[in-house]
Amino acid sequence: MTMVRPPRVLLLSWLVLLLLLALTVAAAYWPLGTFNTVVALTIATVKTLIVAAIFMELRESRGLLIPFAGAGVFWFAILLWLAFTDFATRPDFPPSLLPLIWN
Amino acid sequence: MSDVRPAAQFVDLRQQHEVAQLGMWVFLGTEVLFFGGLILAYCVYRFGYPDGFAEAARHTKIAIGAGNTAILLTSSFLVAWAVTAARLGAGRFAAVLMWAAAGLGAVFLVLKGIEYREEYREQLVPGLHFSYTGPHSGPVSLFYSFYFAATGLHAVHVTVGILVLIVIGIRARAGRYSARYHAPITVAALYWHFVDAVWIFLFALIYLPGRAP
Repeated sequence: MTMVRPPRVLLLSWLVLLLLLALTVAAAYWPLGTFNTVVALTIATVKTLIVAAIFMELRESRGLLIPFAGAGVFWFAILLWLAFTDFATRPDFPPSLLPLIWN
Repeated sequence: MSDVRPAAQFVDLRQQHEVAQLGMWVFLGTEVLFFGGLILAYCVYRFGYPDGFAEAARHTKIAIGAGNTAILLTSSFLVAWAVTAARLGAGRFAAVLMWAAAGLGAVFLVLKGIEYREEYREQLVPGLHFSYTGPHSGPVSLFYSFYFAATGLHAVHVTVGILVLIVIGIRARAGRYSARYHAPITVAALYWHFVDAVWIFLFALIYLPGRAP
């Protein structure tokens, strides 16, 4: 069986991903208020970009592959955006009557 | 395997490989929106009940969650390595790497099961075994509904991924792939990396909120 060494870029990406994981767990305990969420989601996005660009080889791909890969994320962004134009602007959200049903 | 020919509609194997990858990305686009609907629901309720969601997230098992993230990241690395090996014609070695990744996927599922059992003991399973007192019991129940739907759906994807890696690994072991033809390994790898990426976000949304003092 022929063995193949892992390319250096894969090894590095793996180590960086594990470091980012350690960082995001540590950062969750820092008292940053609302920014805890921002930090957590930013690190998650960076990790996903590393996975997509290097493990999924998007950085080496050409032509139609990039728009195809981005389409899902693009439509998901529209979903979030349009949904929150509703929920973030409702005068009564969450509905104030709901706790009466729950309790 | 030097006699592998492209299907009739393709000019050559290279074009066939590109089309297979493109098709997988289309499928992954639908998967983004599949999980996206769930994540939207989570965002809406977390926006509505920030304190309740923070309190609920504090009851998740962050050690298992973080360990499972490391396991999936490592398995993704192994699968990416397998693709490199396949490209160089080392199909049998790629098979070993894919099976190792499948093994890590199985460890992930076992740990997830242990976590579910803990949550059942703590009566945090809405609809089945749920009992939580305090002003946030409603939002906590919402959080755990999302938790079980999202991680359960993800676990189904991990299971499918494990089976795909095992089957493609068996074929690679049998010498079905070569430096010229290994598109199935690349496509299976894309799916596995996607499952990993979904978990990266689920980890941030489920385990990390509410930890800071």
